[in-house]
Amino acid sequence: MKRLQHLYAPLVDNNPVTLQILGICSALAVTTSMTTALVMSLALIAVLVASSMIISAIRHHIPSSIRLILQITIIASLVIVADLMIQAFAFDISQRLSIFVGLIVTNCLVLGRAEAFAMRNPVGLSALDALGNGLGYGLVLLIIGFVRELFGAGTLFGQTVFPSVHDGGWFTPLNLMLLAPSAFFLLGLLIWAIRSVRPAQVEPADYEISIEPNRRSP
Amino acid sequence: MADLNPLNWWAKLLALPNESRTKTIAMAFIVSGICALLVSSAAVLLAPLRDANLTAEREARLTAMLESMPGLADIVAQYGADSLETIVVDLETGEATDIDPATFDIAAAAEDPETSSVIPSEADIAGLGRRANLAPIHILRQDGELRLVILPISAVGYQSTIRAHLALEGDLNTVAGLSIIEQGETPGLGARIEEPAWQALWPGKELAGEDGEIKLSVVRGRATSAFEVDGITGATRTGNAITAAIHFWLGEYGFDDVLTNLRQGTGLQ
Repeated sequence: MKRLQHLYAPLVDNNPVTLQILGICSALAVTTSMTTALVMSLALIAVLVASSMIISAIRHHIPSSIRLILQITIIASLVIVADLMIQAFAFDISQRLSIFVGLIVTNCLVLGRAEAFAMRNPVGLSALDALGNGLGYGLVLLIIGFVRELFGAGTLFGQTVFPSVHDGGWFTPLNLMLLAPSAFFLLGLLIWAIRSVRPAQVEPADYEISIEPNRRSP
Repeated sequence: MADLNPLNWWAKLLALPNESRTKTIAMAFIVSGICALLVSSAAVLLAPLRDANLTAEREARLTAMLESMPGLADIVAQYGADSLETIVVDLETGEATDIDPATFDIAAAAEDPETSSVIPSEADIAGLGRRANLAPIHILRQDGELRLVILPISAVGYQSTIRAHLALEGDLNTVAGLSIIEQGETPGLGARIEEPAWQALWPGKELAGEDGEIKLSVVRGRATSAFEVDGITGATRTGNAITAAIHFWLGEYGFDDVLTNLRQGTGLQ
């Protein structure tokens, strides 16, 4: 049971996106539709699990002076392979994801798990931890993608849910939903909702505003 | 006696302290070597699949455009797919060349300094930088009479290079259709140029007025004449790029000589 903790803790309690605020860039960019969000999540999970397992397997032989370079080399190679696979087997989607699969390399989440967890834990645990974090990331992407695609285009996975006025229906798509700022708003609201339910996630303020009752204006 | 067993070397290497210089360098080389092998084998193994996808995509879009044009699908069906001939034309002279279109790689030709030329910056309204000297065009004839010409056009849009096929009817002034082949514009805004509803606005539009000046453009808001196409709200720069693509590719550095030759009925037979 203790081992499974690593799998489900990152889903809500220690979610990489909503608690640690990692991987925001891709969460903004690929969530305009559910399909791209799903493929992006799967690509990230595959890269994260494979890189964590490889790094964990060779962790006793990684010299600490070049450990970050080795981790990035492994992650970057896996990302290129994942990108090529998507281009070969899911060409339509690769066109819409454009450069964002390639940018998994720069996703702090992947390097963060490698450095913080896989370097110190055995292969099995690292794989569970990577899977949990990948699923946590995917969950947030799918929630935001659901809202953005439904209200921005009236579709889900490309299937019409609300017939839009362009096709003679009644629904006027909210173009804002398809622009990056809406993802920020949705992410903010999601974080607010989670922290209202789980007050333990609220961080202490770095600086308190002090109000001195007797202070006189200069 | 030196130990020549590679397994012993391997065990010795692993037994070295992690911080030793030998092990650091060895690990760097081993990891990068394995990663390089992985990436290059994936690239080589998956390249045929990827190229096939790209080709299929281009052909599917050309077919879709032909099918969407009233009357043309019948002609193609009647004369067979061969009635649509593809020829590679020289943009400088406007003459047809005898290069086999099947072996002509437009993307490679546009990048090679031997087969492409720099567009002077004042003429480069489409923002392309350079263009290939040769271009493949599609021509459909019925009983020796020109019925349809399909020209590849392109321009740099808001955040991507937009490539499209512009189809002209036999009079070389009426648009038979526009089909976007490749674009990476903002989803929901500029990317709506891919929607059939928008591309359906194009057939019947006219390229040039009485004086021969190219007038066709994408305007903001509603079109008011045969030389205007409705713009997409929030995608002004994408619309401007399409306008620039038409003006550039039908102009001096584009297909104007080819079209002149086609009008006179000379060459390109």
